[in-house]
Amino acid sequence: MSKHTLSVLVEDKPGVLTRVAALFSRRGFNIDSLAVGPTELADISRITVVVEVEGAALEQVTKQLNKLIEVLKVVELDPHASVQREILLVKVRADPATRSQVVDTISLFKAKVVDVTTDAVVIEATGTSEKLRALLDVLEPFGIRELVQSGMVALGRGSRSITDRSLRSA
Amino acid sequence: MSDTTKQAPSPADVASLARPRPSAEGKPVQPAVAVTPAREVTGAQALVLSLEAIGCDTVFGIPGGAILPAYDPMLDSKKVRHILVRHEQGAGHAAEGYASATGRVGVCMATSGPGATNLVTPLADAHMDSVPVVAITGQVASAAIGTDAFQEADIRGITMPITKHNYLVTDAAKIPQAIAEAFHVASTGRPGPVLVDISKDALQATTTFSWPPPIDLPGYRPVTRPHGKQIREASRLMAAARRPVLYVGGGVVRARASEALRRLVELTGIPVVTTLMARGTVPDSEPLNLGMPGMHGTVAAVTGLQKSDLIIALGARFDDRVTGQLSTFAPDAKVIHADIDPAEISKNRIADVPIVGDAGEVIRDLIEQVTLDRATDDKPGGWDYEEWRARVAEWKQTFPLGYTDSEDGTLSPQYVIERIGALSGPEATYVAGVGQHQMWAAQFVQYERPNAWLNSGGLGTMGYSVPAAMGAKVAEPERTVWAIDGDGCFQMTNQELATCVINHIPIKVAVINNSSLGMVRQWQTLFYDERYSNTNLQPLEQRVPDFVKLADAYGCLGLRAETPEEVDAAIRLALETDDRPVVIDFIVHRDAMVWPMVPAGVSNDMIQAARHEAPVWERED
Repeated sequence: MSKHTLSVLVEDKPGVLTRVAALFSRRGFNIDSLAVGPTELADISRITVVVEVEGAALEQVTKQLNKLIEVLKVVELDPHASVQREILLVKVRADPATRSQVVDTISLFKAKVVDVTTDAVVIEATGTSEKLRALLDVLEPFGIRELVQSGMVALGRGSRSITDRSLRSA
Repeated sequence: MSDTTKQAPSPADVASLARPRPSAEGKPVQPAVAVTPAREVTGAQALVLSLEAIGCDTVFGIPGGAILPAYDPMLDSKKVRHILVRHEQGAGHAAEGYASATGRVGVCMATSGPGATNLVTPLADAHMDSVPVVAITGQVASAAIGTDAFQEADIRGITMPITKHNYLVTDAAKIPQAIAEAFHVASTGRPGPVLVDISKDALQATTTFSWPPPIDLPGYRPVTRPHGKQIREASRLMAAARRPVLYVGGGVVRARASEALRRLVELTGIPVVTTLMARGTVPDSEPLNLGMPGMHGTVAAVTGLQKSDLIIALGARFDDRVTGQLSTFAPDAKVIHADIDPAEISKNRIADVPIVGDAGEVIRDLIEQVTLDRATDDKPGGWDYEEWRARVAEWKQTFPLGYTDSEDGTLSPQYVIERIGALSGPEATYVAGVGQHQMWAAQFVQYERPNAWLNSGGLGTMGYSVPAAMGAKVAEPERTVWAIDGDGCFQMTNQELATCVINHIPIKVAVINNSSLGMVRQWQTLFYDERYSNTNLQPLEQRVPDFVKLADAYGCLGLRAETPEEVDAAIRLALETDDRPVVIDFIVHRDAMVWPMVPAGVSNDMIQAARHEAPVWERED
């Protein structure tokens, strides 16, 4: 089983996320990651979903998604031809003695401190899930108190846009 | 980047909304849609005006608190006949029967909460069998949604997986558009059920009504035109095949493509199997029709598919009840798979030639291509299936459908059903429940036209028969409509006999009464060592209930037949009775079993023509 990243353009209507998410669960497909947000077009949202399936099942899940009336377009993004990012917020134990060590460490990952208290810092980092996992590995010794991570968002490289054509034909 | 964008849009033509997919044959007549100037109405009036404008002539339903406002203007409608049923499930199946008999959209209506949840079974049924149905439900007032208000149920959430699409409307101004879109979605592409849930305050609010409303479905563009390249490839495979079989499913019925299909069969001489959903698509009198494939299919149909080298699947979906164990199904066959729903293609069996399109258009294009190719193709042996036809004909002759009479002279269920078919003829409509009687009705009635056979194929809903027969009779009052039901099924929905009596819907019900949940009992006989756990419906001396008295209590004509001699007379009397529904209680012996049979989960090669009787095949090379 391999991971595939699907960008799903949908009409921004109530219940559409439920329709998409429920379709995955009822047909037995495993969602690895899910992120939803607006696009440059009003009334159109973009769902980025990472799904773990093999070839024939991927075709089936794409076809089933396309059958949903509110789904406008489904595009699979090739990891080599797209930019893929997740965002991580992590609260790490850091007293005045260890704080500079923490800051030094995270600067290697181009992460930044977004909140400081006497005994902890909150760090914001973006990147691929591999990079974020590596960051967490090096933060682990300091003591991770809490963390939250977004689903992956992804955009194809180059000048082409998947929202370009025929979406507003009606 | 692989772009799987939906195909080019076909403009949503409001004037054709109430119609199913356009086709050359049997186009249902709907009133032309006139443009209605805007006027001030309530949401409820807008709903009824929308139904009228779209050509809906019948609604099956039951009122209740949340849908109450809609029932007030309904009382005054001259165009929409509302039929008050006794249970919402009956309304749903009636809408299905109406739709399946005619291809027109069937409409049912219920109130919020339990009214709406009672529609769940028929909606799931319509979803599985691709029946165009629109369900309209009342919802609690929008301010109360989400508060666990009295009779509140999230019916949109509940029906998401079992409808083609659904709506929650909380704004009166949006009602006409929701209805127009619901009819459009239900009846085009792969047909299916659409639910429109309308909050009570939206029904009560004042709005302006004009027709037609705008249709805004940018993500809905069903592909009906097949790809020319795939058609040419299909024709090429057909030319090279030696043992081809046309595997025809319910999609051909929904697409009204039977006439075209018959021409294709005639042109190519390729043997046909008609699935449970497609019985009648090709007449049973056609020698090339091998009958029904699958678990209880004919030996010729099952074996024909199994030994074929090319399967041409038209509007069929390789259901597990047809294929048996998928990995051993038709091992030598290449597959041409045509369906209006791209997701059906290569879902279960990988297709060598996938064709997305309307069955009628696919068949007509195939006819054109095959005609052209046959005229220009000079390869020796191309298009020649003579040897194969002789082989399948021999299977058909050696292993005809049959049954043995009981040893004690009691009535055989197969005989009863055979006589109903013989005395009522091919113009009648036959509507079955689910179980043994359903299989026998699929096997022993001779079907000569599409839409003559209605049943619950995909979901297997016991209780479908009586209400669906009611809907079919309302849609086509001039036809004889038989509900061929089991005694188990009949007790699930027979309350609709009251609806039939009161509304002058004279259906005929044949209860194939074996005092058992017969199909389950058959499996207990075969696979559970004859341990009959909870399948005996009549453990007492007296009949509980007595179906003749029950029929009488409803105001139907109740008859009983217990011996072969009584069968024809009872059927004849039923056929002569047209002033009220008829119920015939056929007391049949309970040990009759449905044969042939392929046990669940095993290869179709293991078909048994009867118990302990596997066909002996000619030696294969």
